[in-house]
Amino acid sequence: MNKLLEKIHKKSWGYIAGILWCSTLLSSCGKDNYEAPTAQLKGRIVYQGEAIPVSYNDVVFELFEPGWQLQNPITVTVDQDGSYAAMLFNASYKAFFQPNQGPFIAPADSLAIEVNGNTEFDIEVLPYFMLRNPSFTANDRNVQATFQVEKIINDERARNIEHITLYVGKTLFTDGRTAVASSRMDGGTVDISQTINLNVDVPFLTPTQNYIFARVGLKIVGVEDMVFTPVQRLEL
Amino acid sequence: MKKYIIAIIVACSFASCQKDSEFLTREPTDILTYEQVWSDEKLVLAAVADLYDRLPDYQQLTNWWEFTNFDEAFASNFGDYWRHKNQEWGYGDWGYWDYGFIRDINLFLQAAEETDQMEGDATEVALKERFIAEVRFIRAYTYFEFVKRMGGVPLILEPMQYDYSGDPTYLQHARAKEHEIYDFVIAELEAIKGRLPDEVATKSRATKGAVLATQARAALYAASIAKYGATTPQVSLPGGEVGIPSDMASGYYQTALAAAEEVINSGVYSLYMQRPQNLEENFSYIFLDKNANNEVIFVKDYKLQSGKVHGFTVSNQPRSLSEEAQGGRINPSLNLVQSFERLDNTYAPLAILDANGEQVRYDAPTDLFAGRDARLGGTVMVPGSTFKGGNLDIWAGYQLANGNIITSDVPGGRGRLPGVQNDVQVVGYDGPIDGFEWIAQTGFYLRKYVDPTPGAGQIGTNSEVWWIRYRYSEVLLNAAEAAFELGDAQKAVGYMNQVRRRAGFQTDLNATDITFDRIVHERKVEFAFEGHQLWDMKRWRLAHLVWNGTNHPLTTNIGNADEPSTRPFGLWPYQIYDPNGSDDGKWVFRQILPREVTNPDRFRLGNYYSFISDDIRNRNPKIVRNPNQ
Repeated sequence: MNKLLEKIHKKSWGYIAGILWCSTLLSSCGKDNYEAPTAQLKGRIVYQGEAIPVSYNDVVFELFEPGWQLQNPITVTVDQDGSYAAMLFNASYKAFFQPNQGPFIAPADSLAIEVNGNTEFDIEVLPYFMLRNPSFTANDRNVQATFQVEKIINDERARNIEHITLYVGKTLFTDGRTAVASSRMDGGTVDISQTINLNVDVPFLTPTQNYIFARVGLKIVGVEDMVFTPVQRLEL
Repeated sequence: MKKYIIAIIVACSFASCQKDSEFLTREPTDILTYEQVWSDEKLVLAAVADLYDRLPDYQQLTNWWEFTNFDEAFASNFGDYWRHKNQEWGYGDWGYWDYGFIRDINLFLQAAEETDQMEGDATEVALKERFIAEVRFIRAYTYFEFVKRMGGVPLILEPMQYDYSGDPTYLQHARAKEHEIYDFVIAELEAIKGRLPDEVATKSRATKGAVLATQARAALYAASIAKYGATTPQVSLPGGEVGIPSDMASGYYQTALAAAEEVINSGVYSLYMQRPQNLEENFSYIFLDKNANNEVIFVKDYKLQSGKVHGFTVSNQPRSLSEEAQGGRINPSLNLVQSFERLDNTYAPLAILDANGEQVRYDAPTDLFAGRDARLGGTVMVPGSTFKGGNLDIWAGYQLANGNIITSDVPGGRGRLPGVQNDVQVVGYDGPIDGFEWIAQTGFYLRKYVDPTPGAGQIGTNSEVWWIRYRYSEVLLNAAEAAFELGDAQKAVGYMNQVRRRAGFQTDLNATDITFDRIVHERKVEFAFEGHQLWDMKRWRLAHLVWNGTNHPLTTNIGNADEPSTRPFGLWPYQIYDPNGSDDGKWVFRQILPREVTNPDRFRLGNYYSFISDDIRNRNPKIVRNPNQ
C-alpha cells in the first residue's frame, strides 16, 4: 500500500503532465462530432402542379421521424414562392400541417416522405383561391396590377374574400408587414368573374432606389394566411 | 511526505466513519418538517408569504421592459430596441407553466389537512382556516393566470406522488376545458370568500375584497371570451381546451356583475380622493400613497431597507432630475397620450396643425395638453410638466422662422443660433434625441409608479412603491362592462361615471353614450401600464385587429376599439427662435416615429394562447397543442 502510494507520488507529476498534454491534443480534434445532415429534401406546396405563393415565415409544416421516443418536430418554413427545403438525414419522415396553416386545406393525414439522398417532394393541397395571370406595370410612379381570381373550393367548405390588396415594397420580401404602399379592395366589391385591376402610387423612397417590388395578396375570411401572386420586380 | 499522506488517510477515514445510523437519523438544520411549520403560526405565515411572493405577473414593476412590448410605450434603452424591430411576437411569449408552484401549494394544503396542530382553541382554529383560505386563493389566482395565458390546463388539486412502478402514465393529466378552469376559479373563490377578513387595511394578503375582485375579473374574462370568441372561430380547439361556448356568456357576465357589486355595496372600498385640489396628482398618488388608501384592494408590497425593494424609479425617473446617471426608459407613446379625452367627453388628436396644415403655436408646451382627462397628467409626464417640484427639460431644439431646426445630439447640448455670439443650449436635458437612450425619445416620460421620495431613484436605496393587482376602480369598470353586456346601460353608465368624475369630467355620460368602444377606451386610459392591456385585447379578440402588422399611421379615430395601432409614435416640442417675429419663444410640435421603431407589431392568431413546449407535450402526450401555431 505504502509503496504504491510512494510510486504514485513520485511519478504523479509526470502522469498529470502527460494526461494534460494528451487531452489538449484530443480536445481539438473533430473525431467525436456528429456528421451534419447531407440529404436535402426540397419541393413545393402545389395545387395541380402549380406552386402556391404565400408570405415569408408564415406558413410552416412539421417533419417527424417516427420510431423515436420523443416527438420533436423539424419545422419547415415555406418560402414566398411556395417552395421549401430542409437538410436531413436519410430516413422515413412524416410531414404534417398543423390545423389552420396556409391559405389552403392541407392533407388532414400526415404524408410519408422517404428521404434517400437529395429528394424532391411536392405537397399537393387544396387552396381556397388562386390568383391567375398576374401582370404588373409601372407607369411613372404608379404601379398597376391586373389579375384574375379563381375560386377553387365551391362546396360547403367555401369561404369568402375578405380583401385583395396590392402591396409595393422595397425588397423581395413584400407583403403587409413591409409594404411602403398598398391599395386595398374589400371582398364585397370584388367580382371574380372579371379581370381585376389595382393600382397604387409609390411614395418617394429613402434611400432612393429606381426599382420596387410588387405583388397582390388575397385574404380569405377566417383564414389567417394569405395567398399571393409571385413577387414582380419593376423598374421605375 | 509519507507521514503526511498517512495522516490524511487516517483523518479521512475517521470523518466518513462516524456512526452511520446516527448520521442518517439526525434532524436536518436547514429544513423544517410540515409538523414543525404548523407548530408555530409565524412559521405558517412565513410559508404562506413565500407562496404569495411567487404569484405570477407578466408585467410588473420589477420588469419595466415588458410594458414596452405593445403600443403603450417605447423602450428608451439600447438593449430593448429590438422590441420595436421584431415583426411578430413568439408563440411562447407570456406563457406560464409552473406546476412546481402548484405542487407546493397543494403540499401546503395537504399538510394543513393532515396536521392536528393549531386546533386548540377557537382563535387558533380561525387562524388556521384563514391560512387555508389564503392558500386556496393563491391557487385559484394562479389557475386564473394559467387559463388567461394558456387556455385550459390540467387541473391538479393535490400533490401527485410517483409510485416507482415504472409506469408514470397515471400522473399524466389531460388539459381541462377552458371554461372548466374558469369555473373552478369562480367556484373556489366563492367557497372561501366568507373565511377571509373584509378589511380595507389588509392589502398584501387575501381579503374578501381581493377574492371578489378576482372573481369578478375572472368571470368577466370568461364571459368576453365566450361572447367575442365567436368572432374568431379558428381560435378554439375541438376538445374545448381553448374557446368557451357563446351561450355561457350571459351567465358569466351575471357572476361578474354580482361579485363586483358585492364589493361596491359593501362600502369597504372607495375611489382615492385625498388630493382633490389637483386631480392629476391625485391620480398619480393612487399608486404611491400607502397611507389609508381605500382604493387599493390587493398588492404585491415592497419595503425599504428590508431587501424587498425594486428599481422601477431608478430605471424610469426623468433623466434631467435623475438621482443616478440613468433613467427615462419607459417613454409613453403618442398613441396613448392622444387617447385621453378632452374634458367635454370628446376624442380629439392633439392639435399640432391647424385646418390649413400650419403649425399651431403655443405659449407653453403644456397648453397643447390642457383641458384633457386628468389621468393624462397622472399617467404621463408631458413636456413642460414637473416632477418632485423640478421642471422637466423636454424640447427637441429651436425652430427658426424659415422652418430650419437648430439642435444637438447630446442632451442639453449647445449650439450656435443665427446672430448670437455665444453658444446656447439647443436641446433639453431630457432630449428628445433620436436613438439616445434613457431620455424621452417619444417626448414623454412615465409618471405612474415613478416615486418622488428622495432616494427612490438611487440604486443603493430603490423604491418601495407597491404593485397594485386589484383596485376599486377596476371593480367599478368591471361592473360597468358586465352590466352593459347584460343590457343594463343605465347601471353601466352609473359605475363608469364615478371613475370619470374622479378624472375631472364635469359632465356625466348618458346611458346612450355607452358602447363597447367606450368601455374599451375607458379601460385603456384608466389602466395604462397596469398589466391589463394584453389580457383585455385577448379576451375581446381585438389583439389581431389592433396589432395587425401593417405600417399603420397614427390613428385619428381615437375612440374606435379596433383601430390599428402597431408602432409607438412620439411628439417633439420645438421652441421658435425668431427675435424679430411675434412668435418668438412660442412652442410648436412635430409628430415623429422614433428611428428605432422599424417594424410594426403583429399579433398572430397563434398568439392568443401561448405555445406549450414540445418538451412538455413529449412528457405528457395527453396535452394538446394550442391552435394556429
